Amino acid sequence: MNITVADVEHVARLARLELDPDEKSLFAGQMDAILGYVEKLKGVNTDGIVPTSHAVPMENAFREDLTRPSFSIDKALANAPDRVESFFRVPKVIE
Amino acid sequence: MKYQPVIGLEVHVQLKTDSKIFCGCSTQFGAEPNSQTCPVCLGLPGALPVLNKKVVEFAIKAGLSTNCSITPRSIFARKNYFYPDLPKGYQISQFEDPICQHGWLDITLEGQESKRIGITRIHMEEDAGKLVHADVSALEDGSGVDLNRACTPLLEVVSEPDLRTSDEAVSYLKQLHRIVTWLGICDGNMEEGSFRCDANVSVMPVGSETLGTRAEIKNVNSFKFVRQAIEYEIQRQIDLIDDGGTVVQETRLFDPNSGTTRSMRSKEEAHDYRYFPDPDLVPLVIGDEWVERVRRELPELPEQRQQRFINLLGLPLYDAGVLTASRALADYFEAAIAAGGTAKALGNWIMGEITRTLNDTGTTIEMCPVTPVRLAEMLKLIDNGTISGKIAKTVFDEMWKSGKKPLLIVEEQGLVQVSDIGAIEAVIDEVLTRESGQVAEYRSGKDKLFGFFVGQVMKASKGKANPALVNELLLSKLNG
Repeated sequence: MNITVADVEHVARLARLELDPDEKSLFAGQMDAILGYVEKLKGVNTDGIVPTSHAVPMENAFREDLTRPSFSIDKALANAPDRVESFFRVPKVIE
Repeated sequence: MKYQPVIGLEVHVQLKTDSKIFCGCSTQFGAEPNSQTCPVCLGLPGALPVLNKKVVEFAIKAGLSTNCSITPRSIFARKNYFYPDLPKGYQISQFEDPICQHGWLDITLEGQESKRIGITRIHMEEDAGKLVHADVSALEDGSGVDLNRACTPLLEVVSEPDLRTSDEAVSYLKQLHRIVTWLGICDGNMEEGSFRCDANVSVMPVGSETLGTRAEIKNVNSFKFVRQAIEYEIQRQIDLIDDGGTVVQETRLFDPNSGTTRSMRSKEEAHDYRYFPDPDLVPLVIGDEWVERVRRELPELPEQRQQRFINLLGLPLYDAGVLTASRALADYFEAAIAAGGTAKALGNWIMGEITRTLNDTGTTIEMCPVTPVRLAEMLKLIDNGTISGKIAKTVFDEMWKSGKKPLLIVEEQGLVQVSDIGAIEAVIDEVLTRESGQVAEYRSGKDKLFGFFVGQVMKASKGKANPALVNELLLSKLNG
């Protein structure tokens, strides 16, 4: 693997993280080491093994289509940093 | 240069469940903002989503009805992106192994061979919340977020890029709309967003094998807008290329007011959703038994019913299409057939008077005050000569108002058709005597006046004279 600063910047942007130049090169090195370690797994023979999507050997957990009481509006908005009437308020989103 | 448009559609079908896809909050439309939320759909830490079984059932129904194969083991994935209407920072969707794959629908345009449109996949996912910008003045320069819609169950139906014209796209969309409403899995209300469409549009030189760069058009929420948006976008791309420009891959928003599309800068960032299996939701395993049970329980589908109406009842394609526009309408028609009506006459009444009166009164066919049996009874009265087609309109209006049996209305109001030759002749004589001047003109060659005499006789008989007899007797008297 060879994780560059550009890769770190891309991932940081997707995660909405602001990093200074020192952090970028620090994380590039760390991520490179982690991915390099994972890279080793490629050496294992996995012929005939179905890719694992879940760690728990379980399937089909359902609920029936029944409604249950919801939060009150006040409760739903209790943690809102900004509230107007019954809405969460966020900075204007322009389409 | 001549260009070939290439169109693929992604349709979001909102499922008609009582509760949301991963929690027990109500899906009722139009409730007060943020009154239908809980820790799961608010994305609070530690909340665990649990799959609504009915969503799976509905997805299998949709898949089987669009000739898809049902994936024996499918999984849910997280689609990661930030947007204020998405509380968790990811949408639970399906990426690899969607529940339905490799289907198709046949579309038939008037006067053309039917054409098969491929369906790549159908997957289940949760809807996002709703952003409110302008309607609430107290928001001032901010946007409001209503999370009632968050976690509402959706099916996304993705077509192959097999569509070539806006007509084909609309026809495919109507076909799909008819199926999901027919199955009762979606209310089909496009204004409320229960059936929404994104269109992928590109153009390539005629004869080319390589697809052009496509633009994805969002926010087309009526059949009319789909047509407008696609036609505008095709022309925009052709003009751009002819002027030496190139089409860029981007998301564009349709503006219904201007009928144009414009670039959405908010979606400019390259799509990098980093899908991965959602560890909160275990794999979904659907055995043959489940699939076969759903298949057995499927109703006769609109396409099959339309074919049956054409083949067995001899209806033209157009009539059969209109009469299978909804399951309730087709049921109404068949109930009237069962009550003894003839297909063509019933079809004409249903497509004409009934549809018109339903529209005028804002009623649905389910609530039609004239029952199929009453309609069939009335047509029998026309067939056996008791009333004329003209009088039938009066009887029909009265049935609509009072719900009475047609024969009773005819008797009460004295509407029985007069087929007594002597009585009709008497009326004709009276009219011809009164209109002697016109009679002379007619006899000197002004044939057009015949209709005038028919009208006068019908009027004098208060519409009750048998029109066929009136014609016959008038002709012999005038020419004799």
